[in-house]
Amino acid sequence: MKGIADDTADMASVPAVRHLMRAKDLADARYFEPLTVSDLAKAAGLSRAHFSQEFRRAFGETPHAYLLTRRLERAASLLRMTDRSVAEVCMAVGWQSIGSFTTSFTRTYGMAPTAYRTAFPPASHHALIPACVLRAYGRPQHRTFREDATAARP
Amino acid sequence: MIRIANAQLWVHDQDEALAFYTRKLGMEVRIDVTVPEMGDFRWLAVGPPGQPDVSIVLMAIPGPPVMDDATTDQVRDLMGKGFAGTVFLTTEDCLATYKELTGRGVEFVEEPDQRPYGLDSAFRDPSGNHIRLTQVQPYSPS
Repeated sequence: MKGIADDTADMASVPAVRHLMRAKDLADARYFEPLTVSDLAKAAGLSRAHFSQEFRRAFGETPHAYLLTRRLERAASLLRMTDRSVAEVCMAVGWQSIGSFTTSFTRTYGMAPTAYRTAFPPASHHALIPACVLRAYGRPQHRTFREDATAARP
Repeated sequence: MIRIANAQLWVHDQDEALAFYTRKLGMEVRIDVTVPEMGDFRWLAVGPPGQPDVSIVLMAIPGPPVMDDATTDQVRDLMGKGFAGTVFLTTEDCLATYKELTGRGVEFVEEPDQRPYGLDSAFRDPSGNHIRLTQVQPYSPS
C-alpha cells in the first residue's frame, strides 16, 4: 500500500507526520474561515482521500471531525466567555448556517447553544476585571451639585 | 509563586484590535464582555491557542472620569508612536510565521534578522503598538 512517505518523497528531509501537522495547525489557526478537508489536504500536500486516511491514522480521528470539534470547542468557549449572540458566535467560528451549527452543537453538547449558555454563570462573572478598573470606570461623571452653585454665588 | 495572568495594551479601536489579534495573528478570544453599569466598559482579552493561562487585555483608552482629556490625548499619542507598550511573542519558525503574517497583510517594521539570541522581527498592531516576533535560539555571540 502506498504510504504517506511516497507522497512526500520530495520533502523527504521532513518527517512525514510534519505535513499532517501543517494541516492540523491550519485547522487550529484558521477554523473561522470556510476551510474544507480539501484545503487541509492541500496544506499537507496530499490527495484528499489519502490525507483523510493518514490523518486518521496519525491523530485518531478524521480531519473533518477535528475541524468540526475545533469549531465547536471555540463556540462553546465564546458562549461561556463572551456576551455575543448565538448568531455572532456561529459566524465567528466558521459556520455559514445557524441551523447546521445548532444541530452539531446540540449533538455534541447535549443541549442547544442558548441552553448551554444559560447553564453557566454570565460571562461577566469570569471577567477578571481588577479593582482598579472597577474603581475607575464605576465612578460616576462629576455633576455640579446645588451646594456648589450656592457657594459660587457672590 | 507569582505567575503572569494578563498584560494590558491600549488600543484605539477594540473591534479593529480584536480582528487583528484573532484573524491575522491567530489568537483566541479569552473573554469579551461589556458591562453596562460601568458605562459600557468592555473587558476584552485574547491569547494564543495552547497557552490558555496568559492573555492580553485589549483596553480602549478611556475619557473622563477615568482620564481627563489631556491624559487621554497623551496616552493616544504615545500609543500611536509605539511607546505605550510592547508584546514579545515567540515562534518556532520566525521565517515561516513572517511569511504567513505578511500574507495576511501584517506590515513588518523589522524583517527577520539574526541576533545573538535568535531570529528576530517586529511589526505593529493597528494602534501602533510594537510587537516583536522572535525565534529564540541558543545564544551565539557574533
